[in-house]
Amino acid sequence: MSFAIPTAERDDILQRHAAAIRGSLGTRLATIGTVAAILGLFVYGLTTLETTLWRVLAGFGNLGGFVVLMLPPDPGSWARAGIFVHALFETIAIAFLGTVLAAFLALPFGFLAARNVVANRVVHFLARRSLDTVRGVDALIWALIWINVVGLGPFAGMLAIMTSDFGAFGKLYSEAIEAADRKAVEGVASVGGGKAHQIRFGLLPQVLPVIASQVLYFIESNTRSSTIIGIVGAGGIGLYLAETIRTLEWQQTSFLILLILVAVSAIDFLSGKLRFAIIGRRAV
Amino acid sequence: MTLAIDRNDTAIRAHAESYRQAAAGKRRQTLIGIAVFAACIWLSALGAEVDLGKLFENIGRFPNYIWQTLPTLRLATLGADLAEWYWGLFRWLRLLWQTVLIAYVGTVLGATGAFLLCFAAAANLGRAPWLRFGVRRFLEFCRTVPEIVFALIFVIAFGLGPLPGVLAIAIHTMGALGKLFSEVVENIDLKPVDGVTATGGNGWQVVRFAVVPQVLSNFASYALLRFEINVRGASIMGFVGAGGIGQDLIEAIRKFYYTDVSAIMLLIILAVMLIDLGTERLRHALLSLESRA
Repeated sequence: MSFAIPTAERDDILQRHAAAIRGSLGTRLATIGTVAAILGLFVYGLTTLETTLWRVLAGFGNLGGFVVLMLPPDPGSWARAGIFVHALFETIAIAFLGTVLAAFLALPFGFLAARNVVANRVVHFLARRSLDTVRGVDALIWALIWINVVGLGPFAGMLAIMTSDFGAFGKLYSEAIEAADRKAVEGVASVGGGKAHQIRFGLLPQVLPVIASQVLYFIESNTRSSTIIGIVGAGGIGLYLAETIRTLEWQQTSFLILLILVAVSAIDFLSGKLRFAIIGRRAV
Repeated sequence: MTLAIDRNDTAIRAHAESYRQAAAGKRRQTLIGIAVFAACIWLSALGAEVDLGKLFENIGRFPNYIWQTLPTLRLATLGADLAEWYWGLFRWLRLLWQTVLIAYVGTVLGATGAFLLCFAAAANLGRAPWLRFGVRRFLEFCRTVPEIVFALIFVIAFGLGPLPGVLAIAIHTMGALGKLFSEVVENIDLKPVDGVTATGGNGWQVVRFAVVPQVLSNFASYALLRFEINVRGASIMGFVGAGGIGQDLIEAIRKFYYTDVSAIMLLIILAVMLIDLGTERLRHALLSLESRA
């Protein structure tokens, strides 16, 4: 027994439900238009960005050669490996300290930028915009500026991570504070708690887990960004990464990349555990 | 009426005792936590070579630097001052446009790659486990290595110019979006999948008619968000010679062309803000489109 539909019946069904099967003319035109616009801009981009097929092929050929040269990963000597591990420690220190300091410094600004704490529109607007501006400048650029102040080295990198995170934290805090439930605060007030009690027992328990989880998340992502801050001379493993790539020491490069991968996944794992411990499984 | 409690009652005493113990235990835990935290801070202060003396000695240079980057604008000769500040406006605008294009082409390439890989990385479509494991590790690698490291390597392989920047952004985008996309696919309703399978659809048809219609608007929204992030990323690609406005920016910073620094940074911040606003609008439109359907 077969379930096949006779051709005549099939055509009939296709005709009757044409709108459902093929879609209306308007939506089809819109789809075609969107796809054409996306593709058009893409092709225009490719042509203006000096991409020729030959160059792409030659580049991938070179790249394949580099990958072969990278294997196996090898630091060169034990002394070199020690230097790399120390640089990795520096990188993690930069990420950790920068994030924690930014988290503390941003606290007052978070309150300033929260609409339900500071009612003044001008203060609120200014606080928000200045946080946006700080956030809009990349950590690498902040590193270049801090190098002018404290000189080359990881201290400048730490300050750069701190500055760029300061803007992000301020924004996140103000959002967390704005989203906090007023009922707990009113509850504390109703049993006779003062202003300090209201913040300590009404606001803080709501905001703290959100903040703690954000800080942990930022430590994670900053470990990635502080690996590159050394490219401009602000400490950490990035300096060696740029150096080994520029001097074509591919085996050392792949060793460094491997080191970064291991460190980042270790920190991901740790902070995941800590996050669960602090706020419980449901809120992640 | 008072609700006096007899504090000498043995049951009450036992309760008070156990409460005190619980509170002491919690306090002890907090103290240990603080001690560990302080130790971590101290260790990382050593690692980051924190030198507060040097910081306080030179902290004046920080506002000083920002002050120096600001141009002298006089009301009387405002037009001429502005023209002097933005003497390279057309060159910078061209580079900015190139930066946005790098981000765009990189995002499109990366999103395409992520789209092709996410179905293999999703746990609910019943592909081979070894394939899923392999694809997931590959995506993880792509997003863990910072894009500027890829750019450094690609600059040597492909030569200077925007091409290595595009490829570096594309690879990083593929890793980041691949993860997000596969999570979206894992959250779909499986009934349409069963339906298409029941009518005899093969793997490709299942993806095309049962999965893609459910996930497309979410994918587009994530891709737009990524484009926004990539514009920021592309603006520093020039630091390592991979095209865009970063080249001029790092030159201005390194050579202390102070007013150029502020001019270029202002342009970048403005462009990023405009793109933020634009993509936010588009994303809201997309999401409302989905809720209406």
